[in-house]
Amino acid sequence: MQILQYLINGISIGSVYAIIALGYTMVYGIAKMLNFAHGDIIMVGAYISFCVTSYLGLPAWVSVVAAVAVCTVLGIVIEGLAYKPLRGTPSLAVLITAIGVSYFLQNAAQLIWSSSPKNFTSVVTMKPISLAGGKIVITGEVLLTVAACILVMVGLTLFTSKTRTGKAMRAVSEDRDAAQLMGINVNQTISTTFAIGSALAAVAGVLLCSTVPTLQPTTGSMPGIRAFTAAVFGGIGSIPGAMLGGILLGIIETFSKAYLSTQFSDAIVFSVLIVILLVKPAGLLGKQVQEKV
Amino acid sequence: MKKILNNKTTRTNLLTYLVVIAAFVVMQVMNSAGMLGSSMKGFLVPICVYISLAVSLNLLVGICGELSLGHAGFMGIGAFSGIIIAALLKDVVANDFLRLLLAMVCGGVFAGVVGFLIGVPVLRLRGDYLAIVTLAFGEIMKNIIGNLYAGTDSEGFHIAVSTTKMKLAAGGKYIINGPLGATGIQKLATFTMGFLLVLFTLFIVQNLINSKEGRAIRAVRDNRIAAESVGINVTAFRMKAFVVSAFLAGMAGALFGLNYSSVTAPKFNFNTSINILVFVVLGGMGNILGSVISATVLYVLPEALRGLQDYRMILYAIVLILVMLFTWSPKVKEFMSVIADKVSGVFKKKEAGTNE
Amino acid sequence: MKKFVAMLMAALMVLSLAACGGSSAPAETKAPAAADAAPAATEAPAAEGAAPALKIGLTGPMTGPASAYGLAVRGGMEIAVAEINAKGGLQIEFKSEDDEADGSDKAVSAYNSLKDWGMQILAGPVTTGSSLAIAAETVNDQIFMLTPSASATDVAMTGSNVFQMCFTDPNQGASAAELMKQKWPDATIGVIYDSSDAYSSGVVDGFLTKASELGLNVAVDNAAFTADNKADLSTQVTQCKDAGCDLVFLPFYYTEAAQVLTYANTVGYAPTFFGCDGMDGILTVEGFDAKLAEGLVLMTPFDANATDDATVKFVEQFKANNGGLVPNQFAADGYDVIYALYNACVAAGVDGSTPVADVCAALQEQFATLTVDGLTGKGMTWDENGMISKAPAAMVVTDGVYVPVA
Repeated sequence: MQILQYLINGISIGSVYAIIALGYTMVYGIAKMLNFAHGDIIMVGAYISFCVTSYLGLPAWVSVVAAVAVCTVLGIVIEGLAYKPLRGTPSLAVLITAIGVSYFLQNAAQLIWSSSPKNFTSVVTMKPISLAGGKIVITGEVLLTVAACILVMVGLTLFTSKTRTGKAMRAVSEDRDAAQLMGINVNQTISTTFAIGSALAAVAGVLLCSTVPTLQPTTGSMPGIRAFTAAVFGGIGSIPGAMLGGILLGIIETFSKAYLSTQFSDAIVFSVLIVILLVKPAGLLGKQVQEKV
Repeated sequence: MKKILNNKTTRTNLLTYLVVIAAFVVMQVMNSAGMLGSSMKGFLVPICVYISLAVSLNLLVGICGELSLGHAGFMGIGAFSGIIIAALLKDVVANDFLRLLLAMVCGGVFAGVVGFLIGVPVLRLRGDYLAIVTLAFGEIMKNIIGNLYAGTDSEGFHIAVSTTKMKLAAGGKYIINGPLGATGIQKLATFTMGFLLVLFTLFIVQNLINSKEGRAIRAVRDNRIAAESVGINVTAFRMKAFVVSAFLAGMAGALFGLNYSSVTAPKFNFNTSINILVFVVLGGMGNILGSVISATVLYVLPEALRGLQDYRMILYAIVLILVMLFTWSPKVKEFMSVIADKVSGVFKKKEAGTNE
Repeated sequence: MKKFVAMLMAALMVLSLAACGGSSAPAETKAPAAADAAPAATEAPAAEGAAPALKIGLTGPMTGPASAYGLAVRGGMEIAVAEINAKGGLQIEFKSEDDEADGSDKAVSAYNSLKDWGMQILAGPVTTGSSLAIAAETVNDQIFMLTPSASATDVAMTGSNVFQMCFTDPNQGASAAELMKQKWPDATIGVIYDSSDAYSSGVVDGFLTKASELGLNVAVDNAAFTADNKADLSTQVTQCKDAGCDLVFLPFYYTEAAQVLTYANTVGYAPTFFGCDGMDGILTVEGFDAKLAEGLVLMTPFDANATDDATVKFVEQFKANNGGLVPNQFAADGYDVIYALYNACVAAGVDGSTPVADVCAALQEQFATLTVDGLTGKGMTWDENGMISKAPAAMVVTDGVYVPVA
């Protein structure tokens, strides 16, 4: 019985990692850059949603729409100002700029919203489902996050395989130069990717804070790193991999806390990650790319 | 002599040493003249530490082309093992300088050994996968050090990694006290030792880069498959660079640890690793002098911005982004080279004019 | 091109070093109206002929994850400084520096920067980690240090010039165990704590030692989390729930406690929750449903809803200065620290012209006999180690306000 509850707890946090990881993996897969500011865009999304519901008193769905709108614009602006000028330089240069953006967003959030924590009111109003006489409880947040993950995963897969823009994205991710020769506007495609990634971040922010209600300017950074780990775990660049990696990471984390040691759970989680990568160097669902001579 | 100076690499290397020695002399003179405030004096050792860290990471990132996000983990191993050694040798080695040196060497050796043990399995990975594994390593180290207890009592030396507080016999003294970290450290670090560490690091790294092996390492970075096909043992070279880099980071960590009266595990987290990486990338990948300068500037920058109070870190972030854009953006580079051409064009015309 | 960049950076390096050297220069001259005073430095009006203002410095996290605590302390201190300066008489010049809650180089840099400013008394640091790094420095420099909120025993034990305003961790843990023995002798107790945090682990150490002495039934003593994985605390709550704990001890800050209470409520788990002084502030977290904290027991020296004049005035002023934010015990401790220092300085006849070492000696002497009535306690005194003795007040949340435990 107990084990089932832990499993649900694991899926709960894991699905949050998964939805963040989906954004990470999408941007990485196409733009080939580690966007360390992704976690902070999540935080901005959560703050926007919080402000809309708490200060303006509007319903939850409006706050989600507002968060998505603001984050999409923010994503496009950041990409245009900070990443676009560095197109074609080594990916490390863009990585450092992303870190700068991450610091900027955190500190800007502190100046705007102050660093004292806010308690995010969950967007879910559903009562938790209680099974086995209260021994197992499934919260509405878990169901919503898992549903959102699946929806986003299927949506992204369909988008990249069926639509024109989506196909262009895949072409860019396979071979940027060849894509350009075929008449694809690479810059435009990458910008679109960022816009979509940031919109996903907004949704992830709302779901993260519905599950974990404490909202501070640094809220996004640790889950962001965990989600990045999850994305690599599942095979970075792979959309179903991000989902699988996120959920597995959540379950491993919860089980190591529940059955091994709470103090060493970080070490255990990361050790498992290292072992998995040694066995499958490209992650669980990642493609092993053969290098060309 | 002239022949040596005509060699471009040798010239750059000598320039690097000269800059470092000149900076040391200037600081020493200013210090003895009483021109340095407490803040400035306080920066001297950590700047040396971060220079060594940046140069050693540059060996890995710039020269080998391997992205490591766990450099602070090695620094942490060096710091905590150095602190333990220094505390244990307190009654054995009376000379502070010698004890500091021993602690640093031990810190370096510990970090190097761990680097080797990790390198064996991990160096099979490449690129971003190697990055994530080094990140994971850094987090594991931080977690373990955060639960590390070490101390001495009437029964001798005890050390344990434990979830509950290790108990010592009455009168015992903790050297490392779990989440409280190492406390009551005797501060042994000196600027002179920092300077020597920087020179040592430069010596090791520059010699490695310019040796036969260094050329092999760069060949591996530029094209691994081509390098392999001409018979270069890729793994052995990567391993060597990894271990040397870990060793130097461990030494720097020990110096860092012995410069403060307390050090805690969270200091050696992902953010510190990232900061060192920022020094390297900003200074130019593979550019050793660049690492030295950017580590100094970027360490002092947030401190120099203290007057801005709460706006300090946001300004630091903006400066970081702008500097990255200015130094890396192809458009800016183009613009700068046009200007440089024009300037040199003017000079050439003048020269031509005088010759007439 | 590369050369150009290198030259530019070399120039930058020289400039930045020079800038630091330069900014430290004014410290030599002890002019109270220093031209480079930062925005947060509350400058005292330099009255003609009066003694120069006393320079009190604070280091604490003003940016980063722990900044909520640093900014609260600073807010409390600024109120006290403004009140004292308005009175006339001894004037105080106050300055705060950001130490990012770091336990080594950043903390020492913040402290050095205050020293260059000419600080005579250190009214900080806020966090235990920074205090451990800085306390040893103050011993060397003979600067008097009174920390508002660093609670580890090791801090006060560093030297005879280091004093604390808050309870020490083991004491707090022991008091909690005693109160449990008294009120809930038969309870099955669960402990959740932050194993990466000095404060939380310190309280737990003291608590477990005392609990085993008193024979309390502690069923779960290892449900820990770390700063890295605190996003998910559901497992720890589930562990306590499964062990049948009807009293759960939460010795950590309100930020994470809000998470625990919310999750416990979601899964319908309702034991008695028991917190320490770090729990204070939970009722004022924006958006937090105070109903979830109903019945929560906490040991806090400060109650923002108290009706005595001093508290009411302080709370109003703090709200006015901080956009309606209600002060917590961090702010109140900060306020009390300034008043304790002020009282001691007045009694010892110390002002801005007294050399640092003399200030330290005089204050050490004063604090041995000093009694302070403040927001966080009446009749507070200090022992020879620099630890405070004030009555721990156990409160229980009833109808959204603190009521003393009956």
